[in-house]
Amino acid sequence: MIRTTPFHERTSALNQTHLWSHWSNHLAADRYQLSDKAEYFAVRNAAGIFDTSPLYKYRITGSDAERFLSGVLARDIRTCAPGQAHYTCWLDERGFVIEDGVILRLADDAYLLTSAEPNFAWFADRIGRLDARIEDVSDDFGILAVQGPRSRDLLARLVPQVAETPFFGLVQGEIGGAPVVVSRTGYSGDLGYELWVPAPDALRVWDILWESVQGQGVQPYGLAALYMLRIEAGLLLLEADFDSSRFAWNDAHRSTPIELGWSWMFRDLGADARPFVGRRALEREIADRTSRWSMRGLVVDWEDYDRVHTAVGLMPPKDHTPVVEDWLCYDDDYRQVGYATSFMYSPILQRHIAIARIRPDLARFGTKVNLEFTVDHHYEQVAAHVARLPLYNPERKTA
Amino acid sequence: MTTKTRTKTKSTAKGVRTKASNARSTRSTSRDDRTYDAIIVGGGHNGLVNGAYLAKAGLRTLILERRHLVGGAAITEELRPGFWFTTFSYALSLLRPQIIHDLELTKHGFMPLLMSSSFAPMENGDYLWLGQDRGANLQEIARHSRRDADAYEQYAHDMDMVCQAIKPIFDMVPPDLFSDDPEEFLALAQVGGIFRSMDKRTLHNFVRLATGSAADFLDDYFESEIVKGYLASSSIIGTKVGPRSQGSGLVLLFHSMGEHDGEFGAWAFHKKGNGGFTQVLARAATSFGAEIRLESPVEAVITKGGRTTGVALTDGTEFYADTVVSALDPRRTFLEMVDPRELPDDLVESIRRFRFQGTSSKVNFALDGLPEYPALPGRSDIFRGFTNIGPSIDYLERAFDEGKYGWYSSRPYIDGAIQSTIDPDMAPPGKHVMSCFIHYTPYHLRESDWDSEKENLGDTVQRTLESFFPGFSDLVLQREVVTPLHIERTVGLSEGNIFAGEFFAPQMFFFRPAPGWSQYRTPIDGYYQCGSGTHPGGCVTGGPGKLAASQILKDRARALRG
Repeated sequence: MIRTTPFHERTSALNQTHLWSHWSNHLAADRYQLSDKAEYFAVRNAAGIFDTSPLYKYRITGSDAERFLSGVLARDIRTCAPGQAHYTCWLDERGFVIEDGVILRLADDAYLLTSAEPNFAWFADRIGRLDARIEDVSDDFGILAVQGPRSRDLLARLVPQVAETPFFGLVQGEIGGAPVVVSRTGYSGDLGYELWVPAPDALRVWDILWESVQGQGVQPYGLAALYMLRIEAGLLLLEADFDSSRFAWNDAHRSTPIELGWSWMFRDLGADARPFVGRRALEREIADRTSRWSMRGLVVDWEDYDRVHTAVGLMPPKDHTPVVEDWLCYDDDYRQVGYATSFMYSPILQRHIAIARIRPDLARFGTKVNLEFTVDHHYEQVAAHVARLPLYNPERKTA
Repeated sequence: MTTKTRTKTKSTAKGVRTKASNARSTRSTSRDDRTYDAIIVGGGHNGLVNGAYLAKAGLRTLILERRHLVGGAAITEELRPGFWFTTFSYALSLLRPQIIHDLELTKHGFMPLLMSSSFAPMENGDYLWLGQDRGANLQEIARHSRRDADAYEQYAHDMDMVCQAIKPIFDMVPPDLFSDDPEEFLALAQVGGIFRSMDKRTLHNFVRLATGSAADFLDDYFESEIVKGYLASSSIIGTKVGPRSQGSGLVLLFHSMGEHDGEFGAWAFHKKGNGGFTQVLARAATSFGAEIRLESPVEAVITKGGRTTGVALTDGTEFYADTVVSALDPRRTFLEMVDPRELPDDLVESIRRFRFQGTSSKVNFALDGLPEYPALPGRSDIFRGFTNIGPSIDYLERAFDEGKYGWYSSRPYIDGAIQSTIDPDMAPPGKHVMSCFIHYTPYHLRESDWDSEKENLGDTVQRTLESFFPGFSDLVLQREVVTPLHIERTVGLSEGNIFAGEFFAPQMFFFRPAPGWSQYRTPIDGYYQCGSGTHPGGCVTGGPGKLAASQILKDRARALRG
């Protein structure tokens, strides 16, 4: 049976479109108003609120919790102090990514981890004799993402410590008597926060938050706007830009963290002797430079894009709706050099952009590739250049 | 119906790095310091675009602005603490997309916020409310006429076809009809080719629009008065025509040519208004090396032996360059900046009869809250775009009748926009700013003047808004009335014409601003024009600035080749 999030009573009253997706068996609003682009701009120009409750949530506790997590998470959790959060991933023993997620360290021995898909057993089976416990607390919390340039000032009025919380920091506070955890994280590539609220308090906290943002240009936003924001932000989406190695049919559908652009997670790998699942494979990949791809942004050449459309009398489409599929990339000799996985017209960059994998030897920023489109039911190649992710990266995100 | 006490504190949108002439004495600097490759007179949006392109091409470029801020008629001012007014120009649509890319505007904060709906109240209390959902729009139109729902799709498609077909004309330097240069024949052939390649229906629609009235054109599609009134509103903006006047079709077509985010006729509201946009342009121009000097009114363009050598400011300071570009309107460019005696008689005559006759005003409000429409109580989302008060062609035409005979409309056409609903940085939380574009308010008033009538106009507008949104006046915290006379005084646009010269066929393309002088050059060597009085014309297109720059750079390259 399809379920609803702890905020549903309020979000459903606001959802004028009655459009809902099924996300992990929960109703998730596609858009609240007829224009997803208006919701997107609310996030980029003021702030937006997104109900991200359907994520899977795990609590990991115990005196060996750190030891346990440092053996299963690829990024070194020991560098994540209490009051901090990590974007992290976990690998199989061949060094392929199973999934990614954000982990909050609430205390020395207490963590909250989110993931897009169920991973409970995978973690639980690897605890062994350590003093660590993992609980599925997915239903215990609702999570609201408050994202956008105004998010800090607005949330600081409710939880004052938010004003001082650094990027990927977190604070524990109270809203209307309900204990909340606020982390400076999100999926928009903008200044933003996520609020963990105990499910029974969800409506009360929503009401206080909602009331406090009136007149501030804040809009609730749905999945359609979320997917726009995340492409500009260079944030990968499971089953769009990569797949879990556990369910892949073959290695073409598997990715290593290096191939996904996460080598920054392993900058200090040499100094860190910790064993973790996938470590040996990862070390081999780095040493032997066997990565097949580099994760990059593509920025489409607007003149070339206009040219192929106007040549056949078409108005060049500039559709902000993200398209998730394989878009093949070639060099000038029609040799495939990569493929894009998410594509859109970015209103704020005024360009067609994509998240793509490019052969590492051709992944230098500025390299020209040809991206294949269909125009008038035939293939056309349009020039694009390789760029650093994220393609949109405002200073305020980390400032 | 008086407004509350006005507290006038002026400041400008986030300032760019500029030099005010009073910051240091320019007289003491050497002649070399005051010598540039190109000087642009006027820091309106076209002056900034032109200066940015020239600086990008490597020219040492100086942009001189008379006022304390750049932007010309595209400025945003804080007229009351926390309330930002788009004093004149108030929305974006026609900006040429290439300029965004060439000048890397997104790097400098270009942010066109979506206006997600349009609301058109009716005198009987009903309304037409269009948004971003096609199906919802068609049903909304069908509420007024089932036939018109079909017609709307056909109309939109026909307009798109015309716009797409003539877009290249919009973006080209008009060929010189009077030249024997083979290059000009080729360019003319290119224009001919554009028309040759149109299908019959599109070509005929183009001619109907370019020469006929908007009312006739719309009558061929629609029967509903509100739908026709809503669409016909675009046929009068900035021009002294009624929707039934021949020539209003051209104005309608022009306003459909914008292609914001790839959609013809779509409008956006730039972050912090059009003043926010011109600040972006100024940052882009300075990033390419252009220097902007504020509070530097130019007295005259200096000429010697038929060519320009620089400009003199009103305080006597001179700046030197062999390229001087006027971003002012044609009257100022030809009759004030230079001595008309240096120009051919036919040009002087053409400019003297160039029609300005500004007929638009602005009335801007600071509001204590959002107005309410009785049929949609509590719906604040009706204000997330334009509020169009022009409920029928008759309404618009009656408003024109009064304008025709030298008075302002007692029930004016109003293009309203409560911009703070889209950009909350425009007003304090819960408060709002509302920009109202007003028609018809002729520059020349019969037996009165705008200094006397200014507040009466404000009252008329407020009364009209009150009739559609009861309680509106109670929300008014402050009001700013900008008549054609005040536009002229503040911005320098002759007779307050917002397009730097009216849109009508004899003043367009080959003939803008005068036969033989549509290629941004002037009879004085090195003296160019880049204002909205040149092709493609007014609105915030940047086209004139860009096309003039291409011409200047072409001429310089040719001169270098010898």
